[in-house]
Amino acid sequence: MDKQKFIVSIDEDRCKGCSLCIEVCPKEVLEFSKKYNEKGYHYAKVSKIENCIGCGFCYQMCPDVCISVKVLEKIKS
Amino acid sequence: MIYTERFKAPQSLSGKEFSYCPGCHHGIVHRLIAEVIDELDIQGKTIMVAPVGCAVFANDFFELDGTIAAHGRAPAVATGIKRARPENVVFTYQGDGDLAAIGTAEIIHAANRGEKITTIFINNAIYGMTGGQMAPTTLLGMKTTTTPYGRSEKNEGYPLRVSEILKEIRGVAFLSRTKVTTPQDVIRTKKQIKKAFLAQIEGLGYGLVEVLSTCPTNWGLTPIESMQWLEENMVKEFPIGVFVDKVDKVK
Ligand SMILES: Cc1ncc(C[n+]2csc(CCOP(=O)(O)OP(=O)(O)O)c2C)c(N)n1
Ligand code: SF4
Ligand code: SF4
Ligand code: SF4
Ligand SMILES: [Mg+2]
Repeated sequence: MDKQKFIVSIDEDRCKGCSLCIEVCPKEVLEFSKKYNEKGYHYAKVSKIENCIGCGFCYQMCPDVCISVKVLEKIKS
Repeated sequence: MIYTERFKAPQSLSGKEFSYCPGCHHGIVHRLIAEVIDELDIQGKTIMVAPVGCAVFANDFFELDGTIAAHGRAPAVATGIKRARPENVVFTYQGDGDLAAIGTAEIIHAANRGEKITTIFINNAIYGMTGGQMAPTTLLGMKTTTTPYGRSEKNEGYPLRVSEILKEIRGVAFLSRTKVTTPQDVIRTKKQIKKAFLAQIEGLGYGLVEVLSTCPTNWGLTPIESMQWLEENMVKEFPIGVFVDKVDKVK
């Protein structure tokens, strides 16, 4: 199996379920959770990280600064 | 396996949760301002003047010094701060009710004096905080709580294009109108905010960025529908563009 290239983290308690990140993601990596967070919103969660291209569109559009994106460092041989 | 941060919250935000409604563009613009302050390395010397409006608590969301001005008076308060402390970077953050209604005199004269301050102007075509009354920027035909049958030019006049007025004023060193409905818009808006700060840092004059923004709650639309509405209606009335740019380079 290929190494996972990106980590997308969503602060689910901070999320307000606005869906901007889900709509903007070009690779359909994100979806709504069926569960509610403590504020009562269906929060966004990562479902298909293997499709992620690390573009950061989700980060750019999140109005509540819930998202961070990390990239796997290339290990020089 | 080692992962490095590519996109993460800027340090000029305090980390406190924003008080804005789901999908409200105030939050995106807050993050962009904080990213610019981080990149210019001016966190320790930047002072924010918050408005009256939904952003009245904005000082809590930034890790900066700051204060709140009476409704519409942020440019006057920022003028005082900047003149007393010219080594500081001073900016106002204002809505369209704040800047284009009760604060029209302050903004025009701050711009005309070429004050070395920066303004981030959130135009959502409505009074958000007080429950969706008509603003000077409300579109013709747009229903608000004070124009229940839609704004008419006969009764309420035309939507006020503040940037088109300010662009004729010679104290202005950077002026643009932008939006944040796509990631490309967001990136462009950040560059413009940076230039509006550089206009004062380089002593060139007054800088303002008008951001067309959504108010899903008072527009009665979902966050996604609001962005479509903005694209289809607001952009026609308030064209996107750079009106004044005396800043040579973005560092
Ligand atoms: C002197 C004064 N007049 C009126 C008000 C009531 N008031 C509070 S916020 C506001 C308008 C806010 O609209 P805007 O500036 O567009 O900000 P938004 O909430 O839309 O971001 C008004 C009229 C006030 N607080 N003080
Ligand atoms: S970084 Fe890009 S591809 Fe990955 S989840 Fe975010 S928007 Fe989708
Ligand atoms: S954009 Fe942010 S607040 Fe909105 S659903 Fe995604 S993570 Fe939640
Ligand atoms: S009322 Fe409108 S402008 Fe105010 S926080 Fe809610 S969506 Fe944003
Ligand atoms: Mg407003």
